[in-house]
Amino acid sequence: MASTSTRAPVGLSSVTRDGIGASPRRPDGTLKVTGEFAYSSDMWMEDMLWGATLRSPHPHAEILGIDVSGALRLPGVYAVLTHEDVPGEKRYGLEYRDQPVLAFGKVRYKGEPVAIVAADHPETARRALERIKVDYRVLEPVSDARRAALDPDCPLVHEEGSLPLHEEHNQRGNRVRYQPIRTGAFADGASVEEVRALADVVVTGEYEVGMQDQAFLGPESGLAVPAEDGGVDLYIATQWLHVDQRQIAPCLGLPADKVRLTLAGVGGAFGAREDLSMQIHACMLALHTGKPVKFVYNREESFFGHVHRHPATMRYEHGAKRDGTLVYATMEIVLDGGAYASATPAVVGVASSLGIGPYEVPHVSVDAYGVYTTNPPCGAMRGFGAVQACFGYESQMDRLAAELGMDPVDLRIKNAVSQGSRIITGQEIDMPMPMAEMLRRAREMPLPPDRSSLPAPSDPRTLPGGVANTSHGEGIVRGIGYGVGLKNLCFSEGFDDYSTARVRLEVVGGEPAVTVHTAAAEVGQGLVTVKGQIARTELGVERVTILPSDTRVGSAGSSSASRQSYMTGGAVKTACEAVRERVFALVRERGLVEDGHPDALLSLSGGKVVSAAEGVLISLADLLGGEAIEETREYHHRPTQMLDPSRGQGSSHTQFGMCVHRAVVDVDVELGLVKVVALDAVQDVGKVMHPQQLAGQIQGASAQGLGLALMEEIQVHDGVIRNPSFTDYLIPTILDTPPMRIDVLEHPDPHAPYGLRGAGEPPTLSSTPAIVAAVRNATGRPLTHAPVRPEDIVGIDPPQG
Amino acid sequence: MNEETHEIRLRVNGVPRAATVPARRLLSDCLRHDLGLTGTHVGCEHGVCGACTVLLDGRPVRSCLMFAVGADGHEVTTVEGLAAADGTPHPVQRAFRECHGLQCGFCTPGFLTVVAAFLEENPEPTEEQAREAIGGNLCRCTGYVNIVRAVLRAAELRRAAGRDPQAGDPAPRGPVRRQRP
Repeated sequence: MASTSTRAPVGLSSVTRDGIGASPRRPDGTLKVTGEFAYSSDMWMEDMLWGATLRSPHPHAEILGIDVSGALRLPGVYAVLTHEDVPGEKRYGLEYRDQPVLAFGKVRYKGEPVAIVAADHPETARRALERIKVDYRVLEPVSDARRAALDPDCPLVHEEGSLPLHEEHNQRGNRVRYQPIRTGAFADGASVEEVRALADVVVTGEYEVGMQDQAFLGPESGLAVPAEDGGVDLYIATQWLHVDQRQIAPCLGLPADKVRLTLAGVGGAFGAREDLSMQIHACMLALHTGKPVKFVYNREESFFGHVHRHPATMRYEHGAKRDGTLVYATMEIVLDGGAYASATPAVVGVASSLGIGPYEVPHVSVDAYGVYTTNPPCGAMRGFGAVQACFGYESQMDRLAAELGMDPVDLRIKNAVSQGSRIITGQEIDMPMPMAEMLRRAREMPLPPDRSSLPAPSDPRTLPGGVANTSHGEGIVRGIGYGVGLKNLCFSEGFDDYSTARVRLEVVGGEPAVTVHTAAAEVGQGLVTVKGQIARTELGVERVTILPSDTRVGSAGSSSASRQSYMTGGAVKTACEAVRERVFALVRERGLVEDGHPDALLSLSGGKVVSAAEGVLISLADLLGGEAIEETREYHHRPTQMLDPSRGQGSSHTQFGMCVHRAVVDVDVELGLVKVVALDAVQDVGKVMHPQQLAGQIQGASAQGLGLALMEEIQVHDGVIRNPSFTDYLIPTILDTPPMRIDVLEHPDPHAPYGLRGAGEPPTLSSTPAIVAAVRNATGRPLTHAPVRPEDIVGIDPPQG
Repeated sequence: MNEETHEIRLRVNGVPRAATVPARRLLSDCLRHDLGLTGTHVGCEHGVCGACTVLLDGRPVRSCLMFAVGADGHEVTTVEGLAAADGTPHPVQRAFRECHGLQCGFCTPGFLTVVAAFLEENPEPTEEQAREAIGGNLCRCTGYVNIVRAVLRAAELRRAAGRDPQAGDPAPRGPVRRQRP
């Protein structure tokens, strides 16, 4: 991870500091360590009201009537609103407009918002909720996603004709999207039996991935303030201000310019803030009461207030030649989207197109289903669609290696994709993809020392179970496993998820200063730092101010799909280039260079205009004087295509990223406890923009994958979440998290700004299968469910119910 | 709501403060809502995540698990009170910033208060001790690697600043009892 070092131009003592490749401190770091950083939950206005949400107690029920009179009579209550009070469109949605602002007709998941209250105190608001009477006729829940996908007799979650149909997604019945992919002989209509005959060795497997929660630390919250023009200002923690605005305004019956959003401090996101939570509710109450309204969910409500990672069931079959060459693969995946579509169509698009992973396979058949059920809605979470598939295909690769008697890394190298390969959609990987090299590097990383060589090998703190003191070394077996994940980066399938940046260069107090304004959501990843680095590099000015993100500037797209360094980074770079051209034009205008002097010989550095031939020409302060140069630019990635609905062909992805993990675990085979001893990663990021922040992304993503491998699952039974708290839904603490070594490669992607690749998601894919593989290696158990449960390791049936 | 309330007096970040609260008002809500100190964050309301940790007479407590009336007559230090009176950041604040020990930052105040108290007890921790010290705090962003680094770096900065009481520094024991003007 060498930092970019450029030679100082002639006549300058140093280059501009803290540009790309360096590790400057994050601009919000000081406020975050002093406690002054204003998160959405910290917003406060003296006359504000507190909002609260009445949620459905049933996963599936008809609403017969709602009586709010008791709540309205409670002193301190200012408003109680139901679906009848929604001023505009009654439904919203990221991709399909299928989700009621407040339930009408029926409720489709436990926790669905039915009514909202504004009161002078949060406790008054909560008491008011208890006084709202809703009559329900309970309906049978639709809990089985496989049945929803495949059984035509399964009851419908959304009544026939109630939704606009999306034919491009084969939407029908409970299917939100069905995406088949057929290549090779399968595309010509061959049956599995026919293709199977081509292989020497066949392995099949069924795998499950549980419902994971993003578990950001700062629960949903926001403050809506009514404005004098009849509009509303919303201060909100979200991932994409403009997609919120696009969904909120029609429901309020307002034009977009009357719904103005400002990003409040975001306490983590990981996909959970891509959908709306209380945004429309807060605005409705603010407009209704004429007072500011604040909502803050607590942790339990947060589990009902955002979408989760789609649980998946997968059936795989792989066939190979005796030497390990893959011949064919089939995959069926059912993704439980829950009550509303959210990002399910995109999740199906990713899970299908990347369904067999980064391997060359001539004959492939994939059937991917995303379905409606009356389970909690599922949508975006880091690595969506690809995380589930990766657990399946990597488990299959290990199973195949065992069947062939081959080393699992050698089997992967033998079938690895590389630049020029085509994935199963026919799309060429037209950027470096050094998978074989990455696998070799992962294998060659030093292993942690054997237990026997530790200073205190029987110290329970170093063992599975930790201070619970469950073992002093007896029954402990070590295992090693590998995982590789292929991830699409930026939005896919025809989305033009452009980003916009406004950059201003002016002289402030005798010094050149740059202001960068975008609507991009800083959710912790460090985009604020990267935007500043790009501006410094492009404009040679160290003093850069990043303005708060709001809707006064054009859309930046979502802080998801690992896309912001690429897209908003690209927008900032392009806007800076436009500013720079105007600086150079000014230089020519002032006669500082001859007319024909090419721009290529000019640069900005250290606050000066520099000519490659003549050194420093003039300082920016002198050149600009009182003039400010401001440019706004949109950045678009190259166009992508929808997968065709019958064979799933098309160049649907913008960019590919990859991470390889090697996990080392110690397993207490008697108690089913696991300690991850090492979790090392090799990732190609194209270009390291900020080494320190990159490490934070890779390690954070790896830890979330560790959670999915061993700890994290929302327990849903008959549509009811059984563990909506941090006492029952466990995420890794430091004692669960091993040291994580990182090996970063920089093979530039010629299509991307600076050659960079989105880096936040790929490690979330590969760490889960690597850890589970390591536990299999230690125990010999099949372990087909992520997360692995103690009973799976010990080999007893899980408790029923 | 006609509910019996109690007058409480406490020192918060060195400043005498008073509040009128019902007996069941949580210390976290009292700090955030009654006293306007929103640096103390509430992540789980169950005492699990540690984001709401403050120092009570120098010892870390989960302010979401404690009633405000229980803090009557005591000294509370929140993240806002970690810096010195002249604004000089506490070594843990410097170290977390320097080592990129935070991303979204929501969990950070809890880590900072815990680590500040820990370094008072153990000014020269090993890496293993540093890991154990923060075993009760959840972070969802970082994977903890940079946080461990920050704890060790904070110890280093602290020693360099000569604040280590064992090195003869006259600073009072107990993490942060600096007076605020």
